[in-house]
Amino acid sequence: MSNYDIFSSDVLVVGAGLAGERAAVAAAEKGLNVIILSLVPPRRSHSTAAQGGMQASLGNSAKGLGDSPDVHFVDTVKGSDWGCEQDVARIFVENAPIAVRQMSYWGVPWNRVVAGKKILHDGTEIEDSPEKEGLITARDFGGTAKWRTCYTSDGTGHTLQFVMDSIVIKLGITVHDRTEAISIIHDGDRCYGVVARCLRTGKLRVYTAKSTVIATGGYGRLYGASTNAIINEGSGMFIAQETGVVPLGNMEAVQFHPTGIVPSWILVTEGARGDGGYLRDKNLHRFMPDYEPVKKELASRDVVSRRMMQHIRKGYGVESPYGEHLWLDIRHLGEKHINTNLREIANICRNFAGIDPVHDLIPVRPTQHYSMGGIRTNAQGMAYGLEGLFAIGEAACWDLHGFNRLGGNSLAETVVAGMVIGEEIAKYTKDASYNVSTKLLDEFVGQQEDRIDALISNRNGSENVYEIRREMEKTLSTYVGIFRNGKDLQTAVNKLDELYQRSLKVGIRSGGKGADPELASALRIKGMVRLAYCIAAGALNRTESRGSHFREDYPKRDDANWLKRTLAYWPVGASKPELKYEPVKITELPPGDRGYGEASAQASAGKA
Amino acid sequence: MSNRLLTFNIFRYDPNTPEIEPKMQKFQVEEEERMTLFIVLNKIREEQDPTLKFDFVCRAAICGSCAMLVNGKPTLACKTLTKDLPNETTLMPLPAFKLLGDLSVDTGTWFREMSIKTEAWVHTDKVFDPKAEEERMSNDQALAIYEAERCIECGCCIAGCATVNIRPDFLGAAGINRVARFMLDPRDERTEQEYFEVVGSDDGVFGCVGLMACDDNCPIGIPLQGQLSYVRRKMAVAGWRR
Repeated sequence: MSNYDIFSSDVLVVGAGLAGERAAVAAAEKGLNVIILSLVPPRRSHSTAAQGGMQASLGNSAKGLGDSPDVHFVDTVKGSDWGCEQDVARIFVENAPIAVRQMSYWGVPWNRVVAGKKILHDGTEIEDSPEKEGLITARDFGGTAKWRTCYTSDGTGHTLQFVMDSIVIKLGITVHDRTEAISIIHDGDRCYGVVARCLRTGKLRVYTAKSTVIATGGYGRLYGASTNAIINEGSGMFIAQETGVVPLGNMEAVQFHPTGIVPSWILVTEGARGDGGYLRDKNLHRFMPDYEPVKKELASRDVVSRRMMQHIRKGYGVESPYGEHLWLDIRHLGEKHINTNLREIANICRNFAGIDPVHDLIPVRPTQHYSMGGIRTNAQGMAYGLEGLFAIGEAACWDLHGFNRLGGNSLAETVVAGMVIGEEIAKYTKDASYNVSTKLLDEFVGQQEDRIDALISNRNGSENVYEIRREMEKTLSTYVGIFRNGKDLQTAVNKLDELYQRSLKVGIRSGGKGADPELASALRIKGMVRLAYCIAAGALNRTESRGSHFREDYPKRDDANWLKRTLAYWPVGASKPELKYEPVKITELPPGDRGYGEASAQASAGKA
Repeated sequence: MSNRLLTFNIFRYDPNTPEIEPKMQKFQVEEEERMTLFIVLNKIREEQDPTLKFDFVCRAAICGSCAMLVNGKPTLACKTLTKDLPNETTLMPLPAFKLLGDLSVDTGTWFREMSIKTEAWVHTDKVFDPKAEEERMSNDQALAIYEAERCIECGCCIAGCATVNIRPDFLGAAGINRVARFMLDPRDERTEQEYFEVVGSDDGVFGCVGLMACDDNCPIGIPLQGQLSYVRRKMAVAGWRR
C-alpha cells in the first residue's frame, strides 16, 4: 500500500496566477476552506508578466467617453471572429468594470485621469475633463472602438498579481507552492482532487476537495519561440484531458503576438503601439497603413501578425541570424514617455537586446503568445465531463475569446472569471457532498508511482525527454504557425503521431532522486505532445480561416460549415485525439464583417 | 568571431541527501551571440547534467525567480549577458534564504513571511460597493505607489545585506520598501503608530547600518535607501510622539 500525505479542503485551486487566486478569494470569502497549489511562489506566476492592461468600459478618459458594456461586447465578439460564446461575453463585459474598481479598492495603483489638453502622436488634440480627474484612465489597444484598457504604467499584471496575492495572504488562504498536480483523481463521473508532486522533495501527495479548479494558464511553451514564461506548459489542460472524459475546446486557436523581440522572444507590449509606436520594414517604410488604412498598427492581433508575415514574405523583412524580422519604432514618443510609461519595454530592450529604444529601432516578429483553447467549460466554469471540476483563465475555454483574443481581455478575463466563476464554485461547493474511497486514492497514486518507477528504471525505453521536446517545438513552429495549409498540417500531424509514440518510451539519465528536474520534465512530456497533437489535428480538420486560425488553402471564414467549436477528447488508451464539434452560442450579434482584416479589405476592394 | 569557451564553477548540494558533501562543479559551454545565463544553465542541464537545479520563470526580469550570486554579486541570471562575464564564472545560490538544491533557494517562503509580518495589504474599514464609482486618486500619487510596488521580490537586496547576517529577523530593504508602499497609499488607513509596531525596531528600520548594498544590488533600480529614509523619518516622528 502506498504511503502518502493527504490534504483535504472544500476547494482546491491548481494555479496561483490571477484567475486561480481570484477564485480562491471568492470561495474563502464565503467561508470555505481553500488550498492553492502552485508550481512557483504565487507572485512569480505568469500573470505578473502582463504589461499592457485590463479592459473595462469605465469610459473615464477623453477617448473612452461613451463607452459601455455594449460597446465592449461588440468589440469582443468581432475580435473573436464570432467564435466566442456570446452569453459568456455578456457576463464578462458587465462585470469587468466592477472587477477593475474592486482591484482599485484592494490597492492597485491604476493610472488616473489628468485633466487638460493633450496632443496625441498623430497630431490630434484631446482634452480630459476636470470632472473625471482622478478616476481610472485607459489606453488604446488593438481592436477596440474606445480607449478601454486600464493600466498601471507597464506593470499592470505585476500590480494586479501582487495586490490579489495580498488579499490571499490577508484571508489566510493556504498556498502550497513548488507543488505540481500530475493527475486528476476521478471515477469517470466526478472529480475528487489531484495527485501532486512536491517539487522540493519529489514526494507524492494527495489533495482531495469537493471542487477542484484548474487555473494553470496557457501552453505557450509547446512552441518554444513564445512570449510565455517557461512554466506555461499546459499541465492543467493535459491532466484534465487525460481523464478521457474532459474535452479541450478550440486547441487550434493559437494567438501570435505581433511584437516578440528577436531573438529572446520576450514580449514588447501592445502598449507600445497603443501609445503610438509604428511598424517599419527594411526600407524603414511604415507599412501597416497600406494594409489597414483605418486601424493601422492597431487592428486586432491576428490581423497585424498576418500582415507582418505577409510583408516579410513580399521581401521587406530585415535579414538577421535569427531569421527575418521587422522594426518597431517608438523613438518619436520621446525619451520621457519611453522611460516612464514604457519603462519595462525600455528595460527589456536594454537588457535582452542591448539596444536603447529612445534612439534605436526594436527588432520584432510575431511570436506565439496566447492559447484561446483550453479545458472546455460551461458558462458557470464547470468542465464538460466531470462533476466538481472547474477551469478558469487561460487554461479554460470558457469561451470568451473565440478564435482571437483582444489585448487587455486576458487580464480582464482572469480577474472577472475568477470573481464570477469563484462565486459559482462557492455556490456549488456549499451544496456538494462527496465521498471518496481510499481505494480510489491508492489506485491513482499507484499509477503515478508506477510511471515514475518506469521513467527512472528506463523500463519503457530511454528516449531523451529534451530531444522529443525540441522536435515538438519545431514541428509546431514550422507547420502550425500563422499561415497554415493542409499539406503542412498533415506533416505536423504525422510527426506528432511519431513523437507521441516516442514520448511513451522516455527514460531518464539523472536517477530521478528527490525533486529531480529531469523527472519533472519527463512526467510532462507525454501530455505536452498530446496537446500539440490536438492543436495540429484541430487545425488540419478546420477547413476555413477564422481569427488566428488562417488557412492559405481556405482563406475565408465559413460560417455555413464552421460556426462551431472543436472539442478534442483523448480516450483512455487511444493513440490519437478524437475530434467532435458543438455549435457556437449566438445570442445578440449575428456573424458579420469585423471592419478590419482581409475579409473587409476584400469587401471594400469589391465595392471600389 | 571565434566563440569563447566559457567555464562555469557551479555550487552543488542537495539538502535531501546530506550524506553527499557540497562541492563546486566545473562545466564548459561555448559562447553564442546574445547569450544569457538562462541559456547557459538550460544548456548545461539538457546536455551535460540533468540533475542541476535552478529557477527561472519569466526569463525576462519581471518575476524575480532567478536571483543568484554571479561571481559573488547577487543579481538576476536571466538578464546577465555572457558578454559581460570573464572566461571563468562562479555561480552560487543566494545566501540568507533556505537552500533547496544547487542554485535554487526558497525566496517564496521568506517573502510570504515578510508579507504576513508587515501585514502587507490595504487596511481599511470601508466596504466595497460594486455599484459605486471608484475613489479618486491623483495620478502622481498612483505613480508614486507604483514606484514602490515595482519590487519583484527577487531577494538580491536581502542576500547582499550585512544586517541580515546579524539579525535573521531583519525585514531588509524589500520589507521596508513594502511598508513604504502601503504608507504612501491613501487607501491604507493604518496610523503611524500602527506602522511603528511593525517596523519601529531593530528588526525594522532602525536595524539598517546604511552600507547601501541593497541599493547597489537591486536589479530593477528601486531607490531602496530613499524608501528606507522615508519610512525612518516617519517612524522617528511616530516614536517621538509615543
